[in-house]
Amino acid sequence: MSFTVARLGDVTVVEVEGQLIVGNRQELKQRVLDEVDKGARKVLIDFERTGYIDSSGLGVLVSLAKRIRDAGGELRLANLHDELQTLFELTKLDTLFQISTTRAHALESF
Amino acid sequence: MAVGESLDFRIPSDVQYIEGIVGQVVARCTALAWSRRHVALNVPVALTEALSNAILRGNGDDVRRSVMLRVRIDDVQLVAEVRDEGQGFDLEACTEDATLPENLHREDGRGLFLMEKLMDRVERFRDGGDGDSAGGNVVRLVLHRA
Repeated sequence: MSFTVARLGDVTVVEVEGQLIVGNRQELKQRVLDEVDKGARKVLIDFERTGYIDSSGLGVLVSLAKRIRDAGGELRLANLHDELQTLFELTKLDTLFQISTTRAHALESF
Repeated sequence: MAVGESLDFRIPSDVQYIEGIVGQVVARCTALAWSRRHVALNVPVALTEALSNAILRGNGDDVRRSVMLRVRIDDVQLVAEVRDEGQGFDLEACTEDATLPENLHREDGRGLFLMEKLMDRVERFRDGGDGDSAGGNVVRLVLHRA
């Protein structure tokens, strides 16, 4: 997995490339928390280039959502392909996150 | 008649090895024209869960212990056996229904849930070993192609 972090207006956009799984999820968590420590409050994770996510990766997203909410912000998600959408539906995490079909829609929704 | 093959792996108890061997299994499924959903969701996620459970819970994250994976794939089904070298653990005891409202905010507890949702059958048993091996826990995942 690799990821990029960019600031678009007041939204911090994190793009995840590859798999978000047990072997690398802490990297993503720490990077996002570093941004929150620096003041980021609107965080968008874009999964357009993501392969699959395991339960550890899902757990990190749940953890980040809570940490960002506790800091007065919000984590939103975008660009889930069909299989990732199914994963979120199976776990009912689609009810926990605001998920947009495109990055543009997500940016508008903040 | 099913045309298939077997893949065998032995890795140290280190989660960094998971992605590579899962990628090899997925590549074989792709070569055998399994569906997009199977190769992008069911197989990689369930296999990752079984391997991480074997490494972190079964072997206690002890790199001196190994995890074995044997996969048989053909145009009918995939059977994957993940074997650790641990003393055993109660997977059910650390897993609740991940979709209950009171569990939705939990970081953990979705591993077995996902294996059971994404596979047609999940079996867990203790292999007592023989003269050449000490035995361990085995998780068998079965997924039908149709």
